[in-house]
Amino acid sequence: MPESLFQKVWNAHAVRTLANGQTQLLIGTHLIHEVTSPQAFGMMRDLKLKVLMPHRTFATVDHIVPTNELVEPYKDPLAQAMMDELRKNCAQFGITFFDRATGKQGIVHIVGPEQGITQPGTTIACGDSHTSTHGAFGAVAFGIGTSQVRDVLATQTMALGALKVRRIEVNGKLRPGVYAKDVILHIIRLLGVNGGTGYAYEYAGSTFDGFSMEERMTVCNMSIEGGARVGYVNPDETTFAFLKGRPYSPNGADWDKAVANWRSFASDPGCHYDDVVKINAADIAPTVTWGINPGQGITILENVPDPAKATAADEKAGIEEALAYMKLKPGAPIKGTKIDVAFIGSCTNGRLSDFREVAKYVKGHKVAAGVKAIAVPGSQIVALQCEKEGIDKVLAAAGFEWRAAGCSMCLAMNPDKLVGEQLCASSSNRNFKGRQGSPTGRTILMSPVMVAAAAVAGSVADAREVFSVS
Amino acid sequence: MSLAKITSVSGRAVNVPGNDIDTDRIIPARFMKCVTFDGLGEFLFHDVRKDPKTGQITNHPLNDARFSGATILLSGANFGCGSSREHAPQAIQKYGFKAVIAEGFAEIFFGNSTTLGMPCVNANREDIAKIAAALAKDPATEVTIDLAKLEVRFAGQAVKITLRESARDALVNGRWDAIGELIEGIPSVKSTAAKLPYLAA
Ligand code: SF4
Repeated sequence: MPESLFQKVWNAHAVRTLANGQTQLLIGTHLIHEVTSPQAFGMMRDLKLKVLMPHRTFATVDHIVPTNELVEPYKDPLAQAMMDELRKNCAQFGITFFDRATGKQGIVHIVGPEQGITQPGTTIACGDSHTSTHGAFGAVAFGIGTSQVRDVLATQTMALGALKVRRIEVNGKLRPGVYAKDVILHIIRLLGVNGGTGYAYEYAGSTFDGFSMEERMTVCNMSIEGGARVGYVNPDETTFAFLKGRPYSPNGADWDKAVANWRSFASDPGCHYDDVVKINAADIAPTVTWGINPGQGITILENVPDPAKATAADEKAGIEEALAYMKLKPGAPIKGTKIDVAFIGSCTNGRLSDFREVAKYVKGHKVAAGVKAIAVPGSQIVALQCEKEGIDKVLAAAGFEWRAAGCSMCLAMNPDKLVGEQLCASSSNRNFKGRQGSPTGRTILMSPVMVAAAAVAGSVADAREVFSVS
Repeated sequence: MSLAKITSVSGRAVNVPGNDIDTDRIIPARFMKCVTFDGLGEFLFHDVRKDPKTGQITNHPLNDARFSGATILLSGANFGCGSSREHAPQAIQKYGFKAVIAEGFAEIFFGNSTTLGMPCVNANREDIAKIAAALAKDPATEVTIDLAKLEVRFAGQAVKITLRESARDALVNGRWDAIGELIEGIPSVKSTAAKLPYLAA
């Protein structure tokens, strides 16, 4: 019977059925970071457990690292304590740690692919919801809670029920100025923030076939914002070309064998999907959020919704709550909304291609007076490559601060934070109330080039106009 | 490991209305800088319980003394969406809640809560409104979540609830923390791994 990638990977990793009907699923690759692992290691010690496969566990530090402070001890003693704790745990349990001194540190979802640890046909878990990113390689990758981090450390498995699979097919060519970020914001707007509950999303169609691995990662990354715990793209030549020669990729005779094996995991033609959604790439426009969840998005040419026009009572309440928080006028254009901060970075859009694209357009422009603009590479390797290509200089000349690798202003666990009611044009993935560090701070999600356009214009802008994209 | 069999939860309840209450709201990220979960309860819903500008206590339901000591949390649709942080259910549990009733739950939050032995049960919107009305009328209303009959009883009424069977089974049979069973499976884990090229090495 023809099967989907999800089913094949699931079946290959199913250890046994548990008493409650869930599956004990083998997790081939376990990624950990400083925020969600210390409590799990604490539980391991309490229960006197050992890490079953320390060589299949990889650690990095991303959430709490300051991006403008390289020397330890960090000014924030709590951040230093978390750093020390992770070092201690990795040393004690024999786990590889991509610490800052290795030059390989970065956001966990950027490091895995960069090292070639993320591979097709594998299962991956990490105590972080954006683990779905790794699905770009045709892996089945889950964000998990801390108790499950403990389970995976101790048994290399977790208890899980199978997911349904929804194929989301996007066909055709994206219009100029439209990016992978717009594709996923469009999908979430269409299907809703909980439309994916219980599903794995399989992204397919000619648009995805033509996407680079980085673009695929941007889309898979935000599957969770659409409620889907897992999102993936079937592995193909683009996937294999990306992985070739990476530190953890198979080499020599093993390479060909691995490619053949990886290929065999791709969904079979004619396999069963629980749902299919088709989208025309040409219908997607540069998209921005106006509200307090990632599904509250509109194209740059649209107006913010008016609660008076809402048909259902809770839709009306939802719009009112979001507009009150965002301090936006009902029915007003989103374009022209003044911004205070511009942030380019995160596991969604903190990769080399993101900075290359921004540098291409921002060259010769200047960040508007009064706007604080920061560009934060997702990993030390991304940073180094950008610096080799002079991208950091181009961004700095335009008025962006160029920082060291980390999660930075995606969330509020390091010194990069919004202050008061500042409004941030952000290439990250979440616009929840208080997400960027100030309980009243406001976030508008968009693609990196749109962030750059907003930085230059001083307000939410159409990058196609600001940068004459055609 | 022997775990409690959770067949029902009874106690007073508090209604925190709203849809899409995300984990950043439940426990703001800055309180996640911790190496244990102890003490997290104190920061539950922190930024909506205290006015961020004035530092004043807000009229959030958890600040309402009439509901102090409640062990059941009532809310709207898609509760616990957003970040996968287990800090969120931990904070709810450490605050003193033993169960959550909502119109729906985000996937990861639901799984995390179940693993902590904190049932998250679904009720439909009308029924949640009925419970909320009873609580508004009498904050001391005793609420019982019955996982055997799959109903919630309060103020002489009963409404249907749903709970994914695998979670229900795990809770009522004291298997909500999977670790014991997962450890028993380790020999099979090794044989499954041996068949996969990337793990066989
Ligand atoms: S960049 Fe943001 S979303 Fe990604 S792992 Fe870091 S904090 Fe999470």
